Parts: sequence; C-alpha cells; structure tokens
Amino acid sequence: MTNPQPLDFDKNVSRALNDTQLIKNIKSAMATLVSKRKTIFSDATETEQLRTLGNALKKNALSKLPQLLEQLEEKCTQNGIKVHWAETAAEANQQVLDIMKSHGATRLVKGKSMVSEEMELNAFLQKHGIEALETDLGEFIIQLNHETPAHIIVPAIHKNKDQISKIFHDNIPDAPYTEDVAELTAIARKTLRQKFYQADVGLSGVNFAVAETGTLCLVENEGNGRMCTTVPRVHIALMGLEKVVEKLADVPPLLRLLIGSATGQLITTYVNMITSPRKEGEKDGPKEVHLIILDNGRSKIYADPRRRQTLQCIRCGTCLSHCPVYNRIGGHAYGYIYPGPIGKILNPQVEGLKTAGVLASASSLCNACEEVCPVKIQIPDLIRRIRNESYSKDSTCTIEGHGYKRNLTEVLIWKVWQIINTHPSINAAGLKILNVLGLKIPKIGPLKYWTRYRTTPELAKKSLHELAKQHGVDHE
Amino acid sequence: MSEGSRDQIFSRLHAATRQSPAPVSQPPAMPIKTYSQKEKVEKLKTLMEAMRTEVHLTGAKNWANSVKDILKQRAVKSLLYATRTEIGKVLEHQWENSAADLPQLFPYKNNIEQHKEMVFNVDAGITSAAGAIAETGALILWPTEKEPRLMSIVPPLHIAVLQADKIHNSLSEVIQKENWPAKMPTNVVLVSGPSKTADIEMTLAFGVHGPKELIVLIVEN
Repeated sequence: MTNPQPLDFDKNVSRALNDTQLIKNIKSAMATLVSKRKTIFSDATETEQLRTLGNALKKNALSKLPQLLEQLEEKCTQNGIKVHWAETAAEANQQVLDIMKSHGATRLVKGKSMVSEEMELNAFLQKHGIEALETDLGEFIIQLNHETPAHIIVPAIHKNKDQISKIFHDNIPDAPYTEDVAELTAIARKTLRQKFYQADVGLSGVNFAVAETGTLCLVENEGNGRMCTTVPRVHIALMGLEKVVEKLADVPPLLRLLIGSATGQLITTYVNMITSPRKEGEKDGPKEVHLIILDNGRSKIYADPRRRQTLQCIRCGTCLSHCPVYNRIGGHAYGYIYPGPIGKILNPQVEGLKTAGVLASASSLCNACEEVCPVKIQIPDLIRRIRNESYSKDSTCTIEGHGYKRNLTEVLIWKVWQIINTHPSINAAGLKILNVLGLKIPKIGPLKYWTRYRTTPELAKKSLHELAKQHGVDHE
Repeated sequence: MSEGSRDQIFSRLHAATRQSPAPVSQPPAMPIKTYSQKEKVEKLKTLMEAMRTEVHLTGAKNWANSVKDILKQRAVKSLLYATRTEIGKVLEHQWENSAADLPQLFPYKNNIEQHKEMVFNVDAGITSAAGAIAETGALILWPTEKEPRLMSIVPPLHIAVLQADKIHNSLSEVIQKENWPAKMPTNVVLVSGPSKTADIEMTLAFGVHGPKELIVLIVEN
C-alpha cells in the first residue's frame, strides 16, 4: 500500500531533527493547537464525562459493527445513495475511476479525506488522465508542492508562510508573490472557484456515517467540502468501515469531541449532513451520490478484541499535537500518512510489524496521547503490545510479522541475565569481575548503538546487597 | 468485484463478533443545558459574533428594511433569492414598491444546470434558517425544493433570516424534539460563521471558499 519497503525510520528521524525550520514550524503550530484545545475542554469533570461517553459510543458501534454496516447500506440504498465495498485501496481506487468513467468525467474536486490519502488516489487518477484537485487550502498547498500531509488536521503545517508564498508563486500561473496570509487565501479562492464550477465529480471523506438514517456527516471550516458535495453532478464519499455510528443522537457528543480536539473550536463553520442525492423537484445538489466503504486492513484489526479499540479513532489528530516525539520530528518522518501516536499503533497493525513495527519504538510512553484522546484509546498499551509482539513467537500473538525482531543474541543475553540475577553467588562474582574492569558498560555491539544518543549508565561500586550488609541489615 | 469484497469483509467481521460478543453498557447522555429565550438569543449572538458573523436583532415588520439597509451599505449589486418562500414573497413585494438603489433580484427558480453562471456571479444570497443552536452558536439550514442548497454557500455574502423562537438549546435537543431521525432531508447544514481557514501558520483568514461574510437577522416578535 503506502509503503511496501521497510521504513528507514532512523534516517527519516535524523533528517527531521536536522531541519530546524521544520521543527520550528511544527512546534509553534502544535503549541497553538494544544492551547486552543484547552480553552474548549476547560471543565475537567465535563470533559471526562464527554470522553467517557465518546468512548462508549464508539465501542458500542464497534461491538455491532457488521449489523450497523448492513443497516447503513440498507438505509443509504433506500435514500438513493449507491454503496460500494472495497477490500483494498487498489479496489477503492478502481471504483472511483469506474464511476468517473461511467460519466465520461475527467475533472475531480476533492474535499479533505485521509482515506483518499491512504489510497494514494490522486496519483492513481492522474495515471488514468484524470485531474484530481485538492481544494482544502492545506491540502492544495501540499499538492502543489508534491507532498503528503504532515498532520491529519493541518496538512501543510510544516511550511511557514514564506515557503507557501514561494510555492504559490512558482506553481499558480499569474499568482503575484505575497507573504500576506489573507492575500494567499484569496489567490486560492480565485483559483479553486473556477475548478468547482467546472468539475464533473466531487469527492469527500466522511466523519460519521449514521446507520439509523443513512446520513453522512462532514465537518469543515472552509466551505470547500460543501462545494465538492453540492456543485458537481456526482458526489463520491469515501469512508473507512469504522466510521459508522448507530444513531443520529450519537452525533452531537462525538462532534463536540472531534471538533474540540481537532481545532479547539466549539463547532466548525460548517457541519454538513448528507442523506440523499438530489430528489425529484430539488434544484441543485448531485444527482448521484456514491459511498465507498473501505476495509484495507481494518477488519484484521477488528478480529482482535484488545486491538479493536484502534478503530475507535475519529481522526482528530490531537494525539499528534500533544506528542513530544511528533513535536520534534513532524509528520513526514513516520513515513505513513497517519503519523504520531495513532500512526504508531495503526500502521504496524495494517502493514505488519516487519514493515512498520519500528514506529512503535518512537515513544517514551509518556501517556500524553491517552490522556487527551477524545475516545480514550489506550495508545501506550497498544504500543507496548506491538513492542512485545515484535519479539514474541508465541501462538497467542495476532499481529502479522510478530517475532520479527527476535534474534538469538538477544535471547541469549536475556537468558544469561536471568541466570546471573537468580543466582546470588554468580551475581556477586559477576560484580567483582566488573569492578576489576572499571564498572563501565562496554560500548560494543548493540550496546554501542544503544548508547549513541544516551549516557552510558555506570555501575555502582557496591551492590545494594553489600551496602545493606555493611549497614547491619540482617534481613534485607 | 464489489459483491465479492462485500462478502469477504462481512465474513471477517461476523467471525470476529461471534468470537467476542462484548456487550457495551450505555453511558448517560450529556445533560442538556437550558437557557431562557433571552439567554438563547444572547448566547447565539455572542458566539456567532465571535466567529465574525454580523448579527442584527430585528422585528417581524422591519426585517426587510434591515435587509435593504445592509444591501445598500455594502453596495450589493445582485441578490439571489428563492421565489416561493415567505422571505421571497416579502422581498418581491418590497422591491416592487421601491427598487431604487437596491440590488437586482435574481430568482433561483430553475435547476442549477440553467442557473450555474448566475449563482456563481451574484454578490449575495438570502435564505431562511430553519432554526439555530444556542449552546455552540450555529444556524440550522434546511434546504428545500423552494430554497436550494447552493444559495448559502456560493455567493460571497450570505444573509440568513432566523425566527427568534426557533433557537434551540443544543443540537441534541433539536434532534430529539423535532424527531430528525424520521425526517432527515437531502441535506442539513449547521453554520456558525463565514468560511474560514487557519491552514497557513494557524493564522485565521476568512472567506476562503464559502461566503466571506455571514449576516444573521434574528426576527423577534
């Protein structure tokens, strides 16, 4: 899918750490997002209540996932929305292309959709002669610069306005050079208005799909989402199969959580609820609405009761903004379009440990992500699970590629460690030998690698056992 | 292709739920905060103004005059309106009597396929709001056959007329009270202000794709 080659995470991290401009841009933006979120969730008791509710609503939806998806399909179909199922990204891409071809369409305007990024839809369509244009300002900027999003919510946040000024000036015909944010925004408006007018098909993501009514809920601030889903004669909505919720009444608390966590707003400029294509007598809106429901590894995660909570994610991005690691390396270093804490647990489960398991190493297990997660996903717990499975050949392991890191040297080292520490006489003898050698942990093999960025720990001259004896403690 | 995939996906999901039919306890819903009518108007006004919406309190008899003043002030040249709505009828009547210095009225009476150029070129659009939400500060737009969807998103200026008694405490309340699940229309939109973005350095900029300005007239009886 996104990254068939094992990820060279170390190289990516080194590159990011050396890019001072990038880190400056990321840090300042994340600080803004964090403080804005705080203003919305200022009442700790109410926030906790809301998070508990959000957790239960998503858990409930997942516990009935197949039934709710069937109900969603039935309702949507009754309402006139055509539902398609895709097991893989490639299949979903083909479905988009087929819909476009059936209308002889060549121009697609896109609202923000992380699933479409996951599918690498733009590149696929381009290969088939279709212009797929991002219309969310952030996505538009990175598309012009041939990049992927650096953040789930604010995709171009790794660029500052000077860099964006240059990107616009170099890539948009007749765009004057300006560093004024209002002027840059106006350039984007003018350029994309024309595209909305001409487009044959509009594409969007889905934030919540309501099984009870067959309603697709989309949140946004810019209005490009409403344009994409209303102006063109065909609308295609893409969703991961975990986006379904049971009832319309479930939506308001989830909206509060999503919007408050994502951008620190009480409500976005627009909350768009779409339940059908244009009906007889209505004067505008798309005549056809398609809903593509994508699996792409999700049902695999669903099969494990403990890992299932990964699918509770509502893609608010707040775990990224609060993550000390994300704050220091930005989104691209992770190598996948879902970066940060959620990426650390999602990508390894979808792609397998051999390919993406290394991401789970990028955590200090500080728990910030779990504390802010609006639906209470136990991210650190799942990071530990991934780390453990990386070394375990046990038959209870369920993640693809488990045990890939297991090697004889390490097994042997831990075996020896076990023997030393369970036999006091060997332990004491070992310490004596180390005393003679100078109490230093030798910088060889994996220890050399481990101490590259870490201070080498020094061994105490005397063991606790000896000190206790010295102080006259008989039974320590 | 889709059929086979559907079966595959469902067979995996069903197998997983059979293994662990974990029941989920239903948590209590969040309590709905209630406001008096006066508080509702104030809260809505304050929150929407904070999102750079212009809010006017007006009466049933003079809302049309307020509209005229707003249009004149801004030198609006063209106004898109819906013909068969209450608002549309009042506007037509008002314009018949005194069209001087007023923008030209453009009726949205045919399908978008005939009106696309007009819709994309007018200065302003005027619609009703089906209601509003005090708690978060947002209008409820409920487009109909008479009042199409694009009127409130394409023109650079959107004027919305809201009856003060249609302001609800919260979204949860209105969904429940008006039984939305039984009557969801093609499209419902909540709108809290003019179009905006913070995608460049988290700096707020208005009017990126949708209306650059939103004006709400709250009609009190």
